[in-house]
Amino acid sequence: MGNRDVVVEVRNLYKSFGDLDVLMGVDLDLYKEENLVVLGRSGTGKSVLIKIMVGLLKQDSGSMKVLGREVSDLNTKELNALRLKIGFSFQNSALYDSMTVRENMEFPLVRNVKNLTKKDITYKIEELLDAVGLPQTINQMPSELSGGQKKRIGVARTLILNPEIMLYDEPTAGLDPITCVDINNLINEVRERYKTTSIVITHDLACAKMTGDRMAVLLDGQFKSIGTFEEIFPRAEDERVKSFYDYNFINS
Amino acid sequence: MAEGSDVRKPLLSKKIDKFFTGLADAWNFVRRFFQEVFLPPYEFKEVIHQCYRIGVESLPLISLTGFIVGIVFTNQSRPSLSEFGATSWLPSLISIAVVRAMGPLVTALIAAGKVGSSIGAEIGSMKVTEQIDAMEVSATNPFKFLVVTRVLATTFMIPMLVMYTDFVALIGSFINVNKNELVSLSTFFVQVFDSISFLDVFSSVLKSLVFGFTIGIVGCYKGYNSSKGTEGVGRAANSAVVMAMFLIFIEELLSLQIVNAIRSL
Repeated sequence: MGNRDVVVEVRNLYKSFGDLDVLMGVDLDLYKEENLVVLGRSGTGKSVLIKIMVGLLKQDSGSMKVLGREVSDLNTKELNALRLKIGFSFQNSALYDSMTVRENMEFPLVRNVKNLTKKDITYKIEELLDAVGLPQTINQMPSELSGGQKKRIGVARTLILNPEIMLYDEPTAGLDPITCVDINNLINEVRERYKTTSIVITHDLACAKMTGDRMAVLLDGQFKSIGTFEEIFPRAEDERVKSFYDYNFINS
Repeated sequence: MAEGSDVRKPLLSKKIDKFFTGLADAWNFVRRFFQEVFLPPYEFKEVIHQCYRIGVESLPLISLTGFIVGIVFTNQSRPSLSEFGATSWLPSLISIAVVRAMGPLVTALIAAGKVGSSIGAEIGSMKVTEQIDAMEVSATNPFKFLVVTRVLATTFMIPMLVMYTDFVALIGSFINVNKNELVSLSTFFVQVFDSISFLDVFSSVLKSLVFGFTIGIVGCYKGYNSSKGTEGVGRAANSAVVMAMFLIFIEELLSLQIVNAIRSL
């Protein structure tokens, strides 16, 4: 990894909510075009980390550099410019309830890209819906879609601005095992097709194994292990990391 | 705990601290509205869409209420006036009451219930399902798209609805007066327009603008700051109505004092 460009650089990052310390000195490097999976139990601060990355939350201290820019130092205009380079796929898809799939996808596009004709917009939307395998849903409302379809549309909506970095927050949460595999394949396809760098937040080790080049396990507010699946799990010494593996691959 | 944490220590007690923090948050929310309303980009299409939702979709309820208010108020006022043989003053009495107070107040209270709760619930549900965060990470200003548009729509549409309510209430009143006192439509409305002054109409429109702004900003504030899942959404909708109604009554009292002061000049 040493020769590759660092896209996200996190150093000594702290974040607390009231008396609850969530992140306590997180260090991380994310390299260009890699898929990094952040693993951890619920409430360990995985989502908090990527929300700090896009400026939805602000760290208490430490550094979060994305594409060479310190996120907390950016003004609104600079932050929005950075956000255009980051796609964020939310845990519950976060599709706009009152809009059709087409309107959901148009929303970021018409507000951020100038001089687009209606034909350009329709072409772009149809291309991305084809890419996620759901061209028939274009005029449907989010309430008419299944959980897996919503996730796919959510990913398509983020891809419409051609992001360099994709952040997936619990992409397989609440989905059946077959749909989980579909979503994992989609994450890999997105990386290959659009050359994105990704962070996948999950507690699903099967998802992590399928999608991650490297994985980082978040425990006690810090990354305790970072490496490939083989480097971390089969011979994990930390009981909590080991139990994670046991639960996902032995108990289930 | 990390250095620079944004945890705030209670000042005197948690309740007092919470009250003043809430007040400061609300003030900042209103201030942000006035900062953002004049800055591009302008969401004209969404403002028109919200005007339609708030205005046109409220018409059936407003029509029914205004009409019934006109009939009932006329009917209830008749016995007192007839004691003095003054039932011919009914059009004047009704028009002054409707234009000065009942039209704006009834419309605003109904809109607070219908529109305020719907804004609070809609934005609240968008907040808890991360739709507002999704707008923000796609470099779109959710405050401008959700709050500014809705507050503008309520501010413009409530005065229109008030004028419409006034008209419908007067029609209701006319039907009642026509049936009982055999007064013609032209006589009725000549009396109505003779009784109301420019100040009556102007103050009515002005306070309706304030009522509209209040309904919009309170609904948006409560929705935008909702939390704790679906329970929080319900609470946001409910408190949007309660707070808006409370503020509307306060504003009605204040406007009454101001208009009375102007009249006495």
